[in-house]
Amino acid sequence: MSVGAPKIPVTVAEVTEVNDLIKRFRFVRRDGGPMPPFSGGAHVVVEMDDHGTRRMNPYSLMGDPADSTGYCISVRRDEAGRGGSLYMHHHVRPGMQMVLGAPVNLFALDARAREHLLIAGGIGITPFIAQMAQLEALGGRFELHYAARNRALGAYMPALRAAYGDRVHTYFDDERQLIDLPALLAGQPLGTHLYVCGPKGMIGWVRASAEAAGWPRATVHHEEFLAPPVGVPFTVDLAASGKVITVGASQSLLEAIEAAGVEAPYLCRGGACGQCETAVLACDGHIQHNDHWLTDDQKASGTRIMPCVSRFEGRTLVLDR
Amino acid sequence: MGLTFNTETFRGDFTFHNSPAAIRRFPFPFDRDDYMYSVNMEPHVPGPKGTVFEHNFDVDEHYLSEMRDRALVLAEDPLRCQSLPHMTLAGWDLLELIMESKARDYPDLFELHKNGNRWHWINRPMQIDQSFTFLDETTLPYGPMEYITRQAQGDFTLQDQRDDNLWIEAGMVTTQADWSLDFDIGMGFHEWHAPVPKAHELGVFDRALKFLLKLQHGAPVRRFNWTMTVDPLLDTSPENYPVWGPTRAMITPGNVGSRMHLRVELQTLHRLPRSNAIAFPIRCYLIRFDELVTIPKWGRRLHRVIRDLPVELATYKGFERNRATMVDYLARFDDGAPTSPGWMPDPE
Ligand code: HEM
Ligand code: FES
Repeated sequence: MSVGAPKIPVTVAEVTEVNDLIKRFRFVRRDGGPMPPFSGGAHVVVEMDDHGTRRMNPYSLMGDPADSTGYCISVRRDEAGRGGSLYMHHHVRPGMQMVLGAPVNLFALDARAREHLLIAGGIGITPFIAQMAQLEALGGRFELHYAARNRALGAYMPALRAAYGDRVHTYFDDERQLIDLPALLAGQPLGTHLYVCGPKGMIGWVRASAEAAGWPRATVHHEEFLAPPVGVPFTVDLAASGKVITVGASQSLLEAIEAAGVEAPYLCRGGACGQCETAVLACDGHIQHNDHWLTDDQKASGTRIMPCVSRFEGRTLVLDR
Repeated sequence: MGLTFNTETFRGDFTFHNSPAAIRRFPFPFDRDDYMYSVNMEPHVPGPKGTVFEHNFDVDEHYLSEMRDRALVLAEDPLRCQSLPHMTLAGWDLLELIMESKARDYPDLFELHKNGNRWHWINRPMQIDQSFTFLDETTLPYGPMEYITRQAQGDFTLQDQRDDNLWIEAGMVTTQADWSLDFDIGMGFHEWHAPVPKAHELGVFDRALKFLLKLQHGAPVRRFNWTMTVDPLLDTSPENYPVWGPTRAMITPGNVGSRMHLRVELQTLHRLPRSNAIAFPIRCYLIRFDELVTIPKWGRRLHRVIRDLPVELATYKGFERNRATMVDYLARFDDGAPTSPGWMPDPE
């Protein structure tokens, strides 16, 4: 059973510098046809050929889902990262041909919600831009609280203000403005759903506050894709395909498996969706579990690994792949 | 190749029948001589020309008669079609999926013209010519799901996805094998499957749900389900039990060939793009035993499958009491010869 939807061959139509850290990219289909519709919160995997290294990074779609003429993403430059965002910033130009995966939504709105309370930090704003466009078109109620480091880095704030007026609240760290979360959570009508996307610390803070305030688990949604961390190279035995591969320092295990020509499933490439879960047949060493998917018990048992983000240190790792 | 639509009934005088061509293209669900529940899903990609898999949604000779039967059921019991308020967007997704597929696959029967959100839909067999505004319910005579499923064969359910589960929260269900939308609406995947024997213990539902939660738009899958029905009655619902329940006691060696039907459901699963819901079309095909045995391989194989089916499954499917009569009838068409793999008829 394959979950693979056909990939989308695109041309880069526009590259826009949004601020010092963020660039926006707009893609259109190479054959001129419409893009598949999507739901607010969906992401696509962007395939890059970074001078011989294949990189595949997930980015939230931020355009209006009703606009089928193209897809937009925003990419924040990460100097310390493995290079995907640097490649997008330094090498992707209008007119270039690229390939996108089909949209997948791991951060969907709950359609039953009476009201949607959206909390964004920094580049975490992007899925909300698509969600607000969709909610606005369908008459859904929402309220956005959006924090950025400073005014210069508050991407899209003026446009969102203009579109949604006082439903948009902005906060700036360097002006010591903080979202008054307890008051915000206490003041919501019954049937409100809470969504948070942003840095790890913010997600943890919002989820913990909601739990403390008695919000049911099912009403609190978060999206946190992890970037695969850089690490020390290691060797892996792929038992099912009879190959031994080496995972480079700035390569993920999943990328190394793919580079060896072995097919492996994935959806998010960020440790969140569970799709890449792989059985560990033998392990003499330590698996660095970096995902949000496996339970603590599963991680401790050392019998499963999520190759999109996790790494290994030790003598032998044998995978059922 | 023009399609000729039968004039036939699924109630009263039961004039339903399959043409020889419809028999040959019947989706016989058994690819081997025995059957057990499994996670039997495969990509719903276009199949060979002429088969029921050729197109995303199969339109066959029973189309108009099935749509007339659906209208009769709905007139008597409007609760066969329900959509919880938050499922309207999924209904639009379904309408778009069906209209686009049919206009693409049957251009002589259906047309869809789009100008932004102004859409024009033509359904020639049903003589419908409708202009409407996509996503504006006030421009259609029914809600989007009801509108399009009054023009599409088979039952349809829409599942919302949240909390790592699927919730059946809308549907058009008039041709079902003894389950009720009105009863199931709002339930989660394991809950609505609760009555099914053995499959839970086999882990079938755990694995199926895990797979479906990751289903991608543009990559639909399909599976078969099957049961037995006395007389070509589409509406074997619990609500309608007084009508069809007693017919199970009327099967005799003399009438089993003409009254017992193999009922096959070709089920497909589609991720819907705007709502992130999952559509589950359940397309029902009926074939009389005496039609089915005209394909020698199918007569042989059905005999073996029915004879050896675990009693829990035969009981759940409602034919344990008639099993001996069915097996005796089918045995006449089983010479013991080996059957070829796969479900396709052997070449003549
Ligand atoms: C998400 C869409 C689905 C819906 C709405 C659905 C609904 C149902 C319903 C209403 C029944 C009848 C239960 C009863 O007796 O009341 C049923 C039976 C069953 N379902 Fe599903 N189902 C879905 C997907 C699946 C999938 C993906 C599998 C895959 C393995 C599956 C396997 C079965 C089996 C084995 C039965 C027993 C059928 C028989 O023996 O006649 N279902 N389903
Ligand atoms: S691909 Fe999603 S968890 Fe690895």
